[in-house]
Amino acid sequence: MSGAAFARGYNALKEQIDAPIAAFLSSCVHCGMCAEACLFFTETGDPQYTPIRKVEPLRRVWEQEYTFWGKLSKALGLSKPLTDQDLTDWETLVYDSCTLCGRCSMVCPVGNDIAYMIRKTREGMAAAGHAPEGLIGATQRAITIGSPMGVKLPALQAQIRHTEKEFDLKIPVDVEGTDYLCMLSSMEIMNFPEYIGSIARIFKQADVSWTLSSEAFEATNSGIQIGVSDIAAQLVQRIVDAAEKLKVKAVISPECGHAYMAIRWEGPNLVGKRFGFKVVHILEVLDELRAQGRLKVADRETRKLTYHDPCQIGRRGGVLEQPRNLINMVAENFVEMPEAGKMNWCCGAGGGVSTNERADALRLKTFARKKSQLDAVNPDALVSACSNCRIHLEEGLEEYHMDIPLLSLTETIADHLSDT
Amino acid sequence: MTDAEFLLWVRGPAFNIALFIMLAGIVVRFMEILLMGRKTNLAEARGSEMAGGLNTIWRRTLPDADTFRRSGFTIIAGNVFHIGLFVVIFLFVPHILVFERLFGVSWAGLPSNIVDATTVVTIVALLAVLVHRVKDPVLRMLSNFSDYLAWLVTILPLITGWLAFNRVGLSGSTLIGLHILSVELLMVLFPFTKLSHAFTLVLARWYNGAIAGYKGVQS
Amino acid sequence: MKKDQTIGEVLRERGISRRSFLKFCASTASLMALPPSMIPVIAATLEKARRPSVIWLSFQECTGCTESITRSDSSTLEDLIFNVISLDYHHTLQACAGHFAEHIREQVIKDNAGKYILIVDGSIPVKDGGVYSTIAGMSNEQILKETAAHAAAIVAVGTCSAYGGIPKADPNPTGAVSVSDLIKDKPIVNVPGCPPIPNVITGVLVQFLTFGLPELDALGRPKAFYGQSIHDRCYRRPFYDKGLFADSFDDEGARKGWCLYKLGCKGPTTYNACATEKWNFGTSFPIQAGHPCLGCSEPDFWDAGSFYSALSTPTENIGKTAIYATAGGLLAGAAIGGVLRARKQAAVKAHQRVTIDDLDKES
Repeated sequence: MSGAAFARGYNALKEQIDAPIAAFLSSCVHCGMCAEACLFFTETGDPQYTPIRKVEPLRRVWEQEYTFWGKLSKALGLSKPLTDQDLTDWETLVYDSCTLCGRCSMVCPVGNDIAYMIRKTREGMAAAGHAPEGLIGATQRAITIGSPMGVKLPALQAQIRHTEKEFDLKIPVDVEGTDYLCMLSSMEIMNFPEYIGSIARIFKQADVSWTLSSEAFEATNSGIQIGVSDIAAQLVQRIVDAAEKLKVKAVISPECGHAYMAIRWEGPNLVGKRFGFKVVHILEVLDELRAQGRLKVADRETRKLTYHDPCQIGRRGGVLEQPRNLINMVAENFVEMPEAGKMNWCCGAGGGVSTNERADALRLKTFARKKSQLDAVNPDALVSACSNCRIHLEEGLEEYHMDIPLLSLTETIADHLSDT
Repeated sequence: MTDAEFLLWVRGPAFNIALFIMLAGIVVRFMEILLMGRKTNLAEARGSEMAGGLNTIWRRTLPDADTFRRSGFTIIAGNVFHIGLFVVIFLFVPHILVFERLFGVSWAGLPSNIVDATTVVTIVALLAVLVHRVKDPVLRMLSNFSDYLAWLVTILPLITGWLAFNRVGLSGSTLIGLHILSVELLMVLFPFTKLSHAFTLVLARWYNGAIAGYKGVQS
Repeated sequence: MKKDQTIGEVLRERGISRRSFLKFCASTASLMALPPSMIPVIAATLEKARRPSVIWLSFQECTGCTESITRSDSSTLEDLIFNVISLDYHHTLQACAGHFAEHIREQVIKDNAGKYILIVDGSIPVKDGGVYSTIAGMSNEQILKETAAHAAAIVAVGTCSAYGGIPKADPNPTGAVSVSDLIKDKPIVNVPGCPPIPNVITGVLVQFLTFGLPELDALGRPKAFYGQSIHDRCYRRPFYDKGLFADSFDDEGARKGWCLYKLGCKGPTTYNACATEKWNFGTSFPIQAGHPCLGCSEPDFWDAGSFYSALSTPTENIGKTAIYATAGGLLAGAAIGGVLRARKQAAVKAHQRVTIDDLDKES
């Protein structure tokens, strides 16, 4: 491990600290309530998973660099400076046991946005070479191949051909001047190709002008998850370039939580300029179509459905009402899990945890939280709107021997539309 | 130093020094935070930062039902001692007279014996909080010297105040003098320990609410 | 009057009834908060006690303490008690003057060496060689030291002799000090007050003759008379407890007799018997008359802030301090914050672009 990397990481932490972080760290009273809001603590009982503890490297830098007394006590040798060993020690806490779900940020009595700080802590960790291997690999693939899962254009083209044939419709690619540029996640290409067909069918019925781009179809952003803004910006820039080239009015983020966070909220700040187009989540588009009466439902779902709010779409993204409006449109028996909505519990795989094999056992252990939420309502099927959540939920349900089918909200809508 | 000289010193020069350190410290801490600045958010807003920020400033005082169920002790004991401190500090007539000297405004106080009882309740709540801090694995891990120091300088004025009011042990002048001295210790440490949350909390809650509000979520 | 008579003999000679003597003993016992069983003890002890010789020295004082004692009507037993001691030297009360008066003092010291009681009122100026108060060419300090040297005990009557009192008030131009500041090798009983309650002065003497040197508090006051604060014995205390205060001297609260704390009452820090013993034959005391206690039996009462500002309030101008602190904080905050901001900007400038090749630890 080179000192240069540590210096780069240390400087990255220094760069990240802003007025909100200074206010948060000045306000923490060590009450421990964030622990009870974190599924890594509630499901393991291990105090090291207390959220505020995960930002300790950032806190030390703040205290020693950006407070008068901290600087003084560092100079007097009263407080120890941050070392590379500290970053090594904190690596699993910052990456393996935090999904950036932001539930802790909702309960902190003094109002600390802890998830915001952990996201920033990752900038320093990654720059110092302390990111987990799984995430490093995904990030490298995202940059070199174009997708964290290594999906290339031919794979997408094959899925498009297959879908066009199945539903007898045309999927627009690289069409200029449409209203929407539709983004996808690799998981939707590889694991859930039904999504592409669903979008196509819905948009056909609602007569929406849209296109895919052959140059930028990957919406996910490993740079955000690993915490390297330079790389995240590069990935966002691809989408910006495609959107500008195709002169679309808006870019649609797919059923993926962090992709929405990456394009909608971090995107303009990463590339350093306001977008000339809008960014909307697919659920926002669908709910708008619903409100305009452009979605015609053929039959309604009779099974008891419940909805899992993906953290980055709901709590951190602000899309909370739309999925409920949409489910109620197509389902007769929609029930809410306890604490659903902005206080929903994370599936346990967000924030890059699912990409980090080292965290697999911990990730499945924390699924017990989701299980107890599901047990409370005992649904016939579980609906969600994030491929990442979906993959992990399926794994969790299997691990815990629960026989609950998982549905994508977009696909569920498409399946209940009339054919006209 | 006689009792009278001691009382005069704590009411005079010592109070002046403590007040100066506390107020200047608060201003410095505020500026240390605010001057760090933050980048303009270039993403298109869905909601209002101001509305979200202001909402969270007050809303965060009331926990949601599930959080209350999970962290009941912390919330109840915390609220008891915070409300207790509020009553004792701001609604005891001899204290109101100090604020009147400082701000020029006065307000009605509570009967002294109610404040006396509140003090006892507050002390008990603070003791309970300390036991919790020592016993709970999360709190024990999070706690450092500064946490215990902050606890000590918070409970000392309550204890000395109670002793002075009930005139236990020493002479009236000594008790009142020790009480004022313990308050001055609290005042001096106030901006430089976690006690600063009393004023930085407004900023922290505002930023949290503003970040969420900008995105159209209520935090 | 023969010098070596006992008090009992003197009383009988003067036709004082045993009944009124016992009444005196009873009131003294109650003043000292002693049980009734102690009354015969006091009476028996007093009857057998020899009349001690007393020298009363007055220094920087206003004669208020002497006024306090002599104000009482001559038919009272307080007056009689002065017949049971032999008051041999007292500027205000003695008939003689000049060299003769001073000669008496010297004679008493010689004749009663180690047995006489020295009472002092007034503080002693020590600045500039003590020139601010001299008697017969001697400084107060010289007289005190000379007289104290052979005294059995000293009673410092009044706050001036006990603690320096008003002459010692800031800026203390004469360098006034108390008796106990100068005399370290004699038992000293402080009977402070401005002036002290007459019954307390006589009570202390009775206590001294009956039980010897009384038990004293940290400020040298007999606990029997100064053991409780005005506040604790004040009849207005229930109003304090209920939070009912007079806000001014002529408001509703003042008329209703509510607590005078807000008007600066020093009752909580003042130890004296006013609230129980009262003044002018138990008629009243300042608080009862509607005025806050000034705390006159406490050291430095004259300098303890305004008489009319509440005990809990700061004595200095804190409004001004608040303004200076805010201004100072803004300046320091701008300087410190500016440095921190520059440090942050330097960090942003020093940013090293992170590429995918930088992520691996091995690379």
